[in-house]
Amino acid sequence: MPIPLAATEVLDREFLTVREKLLDLAATLDRIDRAEGVVDDDRMEKIRQSLQLLIGDGPDRAQRLQRLFSLPYNEGWQADFGL
Amino acid sequence: MYFFDPHIHMAARTTDDFATMAKMDCLVVGEPAFWMGYDRSGTNSFYDYFRQLTEWEPKRAANHGIQHYAWMGINAKEAEDVGFAREVIALLPEFLDRPNVLGIGEIGLHKCTKNEVTTLLGLIDLAMAREEQMLFHTPHLEDKYLGTRMILDILRADSRVDRSRVCIDHCEEHTIRPALEEGYWAGITLYPTTKATPQRAADMIEVYGPERILVNSSADWGPSDPLAVRRFMHEMRRRRHPESLIRRIVYDNPLEFFRGSRNFRFVPPEQD
Ligand SMILES: [Zn+2]
Repeated sequence: MPIPLAATEVLDREFLTVREKLLDLAATLDRIDRAEGVVDDDRMEKIRQSLQLLIGDGPDRAQRLQRLFSLPYNEGWQADFGL
Repeated sequence: MYFFDPHIHMAARTTDDFATMAKMDCLVVGEPAFWMGYDRSGTNSFYDYFRQLTEWEPKRAANHGIQHYAWMGINAKEAEDVGFAREVIALLPEFLDRPNVLGIGEIGLHKCTKNEVTTLLGLIDLAMAREEQMLFHTPHLEDKYLGTRMILDILRADSRVDRSRVCIDHCEEHTIRPALEEGYWAGITLYPTTKATPQRAADMIEVYGPERILVNSSADWGPSDPLAVRRFMHEMRRRRHPESLIRRIVYDNPLEFFRGSRNFRFVPPEQD
């Protein structure tokens, strides 16, 4: 089912929101840098990988981002649980 | 336009919320039994909660012209203690026959443990023995994909399950496709920070179409919005989607799903 809006209209509507979200993200990363100590955990790596994902081509960016933040699914879980 | 909120925890909301929802044309709410923000100390706490959902909440809703339906179950967060969960499951049959009860829910997984699965299998067994509809909670955040796939595996292995009478709720971009492809109803929850937004819900409908999709607020004791379905309707209108499509998602679809329950006695607004 197509969205009834043209791509330029979507961008016109969302541009400032996207800008705000990116700025917020930039300021948050700066804040982590300015704060005492060094963060070295998986969450920072996930953030880096998400940014890589966003600058790549579509489609399904949201779905792929969700998967990036998901635990792996093991098809053999029922056998592991003795079911 | 009238709308349903097919998943909302009104027991955690004020009477003012009922009034506001009614003023915004909410006609029907579905309230699944869930985790109230703390673990209960015994089965009596569940018993009283089930009474609240079947005796008190329908009256509070009716005072504002809202039709209140409920789902009975033990939530995944309190399902880890299998023995305790079994005692709670034993309470359910008495409540499943009450006039506003649609079926067993919300049930599912939280941390996707073996004990949670054991409790869930007990709940599904009860539902199948009584031919009840089922409403599934899928886990939050990083556990969602794993938990949703596990729930779908469990249901696929059970030949008794009629998929048209089952809703897989809290679907997001990475879980909605398998739920719909396997023939279930898919719930999209509009909940700040941890679930979907009205914008992303509209995106998913543009990608997957409106068939078998339900949109809900799951508003509860946390930061959440009992008018979230209304905000979704507004977003759809801003995108110039036709009123018939919006109505299908917020009214016709939940009506069709709820009609799968023997206790559902809908009163259309024009017959009031
Ligand atoms: Zn819920």
